[in-house]
Amino acid sequence: MTVRPTADFDTAIDAAVSIGRITKKFGDVVAVDNISLDIVDGEFFALLGPSGCGKTTTLRMIAGLEFPTEGSLKIFGEEVGMLPPNKRPVNTVFQNYALFPHMSVIQNVGFGLKMNGVAKSEVADRAAEALEMVRLGGLANRRPSQLSGGQQQRVALARALVNRPKVLLLDEPLGALDLKLRQEMQEELKGLQRELGITFVFVTHDQEEALTMSDRIGIMHEGKLLQVGSPEQIYEKPSNRFVADFIGNTNLLEGTVQDAETVCLANGARISVASDHPAGTAVAVSLRPERAVIGKHESSGNGQTSVNGVIRSVTYLGNAVVYQVELDWMTLEAREENRTSVTRREPGQRVSISWNPQDVAVVAE
Amino acid sequence: MTQVLSHPEEVTPEFEKDAARAQSRRGFLMALPTFVYLGLFFVLPFLIVIVYSFATRNRFGGTDLSGWNFEAYRKLGDSVVRDILFRSIWLALITTIICLVLAYPFAYFIATRRPAVRNLMLVFVMIPFWSNFLVRNYAWRVLLGNDGPVSQLSEVLGLGETRVLFTPVAVVLGLVYGFLPFMILPLYAAIERIDLRLMEASRDLYASGWQSFRRVLLPLSMPGVIAGSILVFVPSLGAYVTPEILGGAKTTLLGSYIVTQFLTARNWPVGASLSFVLMAVMLAATLVYFRKGGRTL
Amino acid sequence: MSSPVLPRGSAKLGLTVNAWLIYLFFYAPILLLVVFSFSADKNVGRWGGFTFDWYREFGQNDGVQSALGVSIRVALVSTLVAVVLGTMAALSLERFTFRGKKVFDALLYLPIIIPDVTMAVMMLLFFAQFFDLLDAWFGLSLSKGFGSIVISHIAFSISFVSVVVRARLAGMDDTLEEASMDLYASRWQAFRYVTLPLIFPGVAGGALLALTLSLDDVVITQFVAGPGSTTLPVFVFSLIRRGVTPLINAVSVIMLAISIVLVALSLFADRSKRASAKVSN
Repeated sequence: MTVRPTADFDTAIDAAVSIGRITKKFGDVVAVDNISLDIVDGEFFALLGPSGCGKTTTLRMIAGLEFPTEGSLKIFGEEVGMLPPNKRPVNTVFQNYALFPHMSVIQNVGFGLKMNGVAKSEVADRAAEALEMVRLGGLANRRPSQLSGGQQQRVALARALVNRPKVLLLDEPLGALDLKLRQEMQEELKGLQRELGITFVFVTHDQEEALTMSDRIGIMHEGKLLQVGSPEQIYEKPSNRFVADFIGNTNLLEGTVQDAETVCLANGARISVASDHPAGTAVAVSLRPERAVIGKHESSGNGQTSVNGVIRSVTYLGNAVVYQVELDWMTLEAREENRTSVTRREPGQRVSISWNPQDVAVVAE
Repeated sequence: MTQVLSHPEEVTPEFEKDAARAQSRRGFLMALPTFVYLGLFFVLPFLIVIVYSFATRNRFGGTDLSGWNFEAYRKLGDSVVRDILFRSIWLALITTIICLVLAYPFAYFIATRRPAVRNLMLVFVMIPFWSNFLVRNYAWRVLLGNDGPVSQLSEVLGLGETRVLFTPVAVVLGLVYGFLPFMILPLYAAIERIDLRLMEASRDLYASGWQSFRRVLLPLSMPGVIAGSILVFVPSLGAYVTPEILGGAKTTLLGSYIVTQFLTARNWPVGASLSFVLMAVMLAATLVYFRKGGRTL
Repeated sequence: MSSPVLPRGSAKLGLTVNAWLIYLFFYAPILLLVVFSFSADKNVGRWGGFTFDWYREFGQNDGVQSALGVSIRVALVSTLVAVVLGTMAALSLERFTFRGKKVFDALLYLPIIIPDVTMAVMMLLFFAQFFDLLDAWFGLSLSKGFGSIVISHIAFSISFVSVVVRARLAGMDDTLEEASMDLYASRWQAFRYVTLPLIFPGVAGGALLALTLSLDDVVITQFVAGPGSTTLPVFVFSLIRRGVTPLINAVSVIMLAISIVLVALSLFADRSKRASAKVSN
């Protein structure tokens, strides 16, 4: 057994949630594979990944609904990995809200306080207050079934927040809402989080939602935590191929690292781009479609890297136009804002695609 | 080792295993009272029946448990018992077929009604289904009895006096009356699950109404047909109350014969071996049912 | 529903007529029985003017009254025990994994599928053997009666209760229990405030089913009843075999009324079951 580098979480005693080398196995299946992560007090943190990546399992371990197989789990410095859910200072907003159908809205909201032995009058006051906070004061005596999806969502939020948890866990809370309502709730959630200053840990498979709402994002794939960073870092400087491909659209140009400044592409062209991988590593250069500049054939802009190709298709999106440009070794996607100053190109036209070296990222497996 | 010292409280696989074990212990403890109860008052009696089926009847009508033999099972080949077995199977088969023929169109009819009508129709199937079985058989005894409504009716119609009571016809009538809901409910459940647009699709593909039924509806509703048939056939085979009330001395069926072996003839080993055979048939039928994809009874 | 593929013309007419005939088949005998129970004629199947005599006799006949008393007591006691055991069994099967679960699951199905007669034989031999042993070992001479009837009824009711409760549990979203634990409920509180109220319609349905089965049973009870402790169905059955009388008509109608009340209650439980199932999506 290797000795753990202690620095990564002993320094983080003030972290709201500190996950240390957590692994969760279901039989032979490794759902969460040795992840370490510190979530800072007061931050809005998103766990993002495709379904089955282990993000929900991670959240459930923080909630206590699942015990880890191995590892350390601290909430504000206190080890909670072995505590049952009712002994942890966290509350959860469940995916389908999990509102108790046999209780009224106000009884739902007051449930946690009642279980905690809070005096009856205080339960009533605080529950009413929490309902006001989510602007549902008038619906206290309704049954959950009589509420719309958005209202149920807010009840679930009030039911969790009324307990003043140290950390609020949200499991795809907006998944069941339609687009417009979802955008509205995104704003509302973000506002609420800022106002209360409580740490939110948010699980989602929707990258746009993660990018718009969170302070930091953790990307998970096949049980592993691939990258943690701000939305900008994740988008601009993905640390590996999966992240680059998963977040937004990108073109991956296969190649090999030649030296710290140069990558040799699959067609033999050398392009200058900084990377910290050792020479000889198989990598891909990630070029976002909106960073690809379309120019005249055989032209190369000032100090930029370029390749030549033929336009195969043009897709009009309203606010933008997307071109599929065929190179002799792959097809690239390029996107242009739909401005009047931009000339539209036709299929069959020979063009060059160029980019600024700072606009691409080198990713390995 | 340093690891353990610096983080003494962290979760280890042993803890996870302990937690899982504690959880499974809770489940086991919850099942335990029923497990013990059924072990004592169901499995044990079952084993005793098997033991008795290999025992010998002594001269005083008692049973000797020493000296195991197959005498009781050999007796099942006697012409008396064989006749009873065949008669029981025959009547149970007829009952099943009649139920199937009556129930299938009926279940289809219910399944194609509006939901409100459908539920109402089902309620009126449930009421006889849940009503006292003995009383429902008794009602036929009253109807078919001497000078009862049925014979009055047939006299009015000029058909002369009918003598149905105490014949196999009366027994089949009583069995159909008793077990028809057992056929209707699984058939309804099976047909209701079928997307009726499949019938439209088959019509679109040039099938006639009959062909659509034969090639689409019937195969898809087969689990219901099998479930219903088992649910009717098996209790008919072991029926006791119906033949006792509506049948005569000449229509002794398996159930009655078993009861007689215990309460009057006092040949317990034969009764036990017959019970065992009946149960084996039942278990085999159930296994067939589950194999064919049936889920609940 | 007026899809062109639905049967039309004579086929449609045939289906409709078949349906009405089946309902006639179901209900005519029952209704006629009710009518004849008010008939003054000594012949059970002939109308001889209106009378309450047979119901009056029902109230005065000691045999009937004591059998009714036994029936009710047996039904209540066996239902109570079967509901507790059956619900626990259902919970263990739907919410836990443990060693021997599959065996337990299969074992619970057996009392449902086993024929009445076989079960009756099993119980008869068991009690014969059991009482012999008690006598031989402890010199206790017990005999069949209330206790053996109740034990047998519980043995076949547990399974039915557990099937009904399990269906309800399976339809219940188990994140509700997780949510309650997340909101600081202990295991017991989660059961008391969330699981139990939500499965209650299933438990009630199971209880009504157990009551109905207990009040219905003839065959098994006949084998395990002792002198002085017969249930109403067994008593009526023996009356019928001795010969039909108008009194039996009246007793039958009362038994029928009891079962119809129980059906009505269970349909009601089923409705509230569906209503609350709708709530949990």
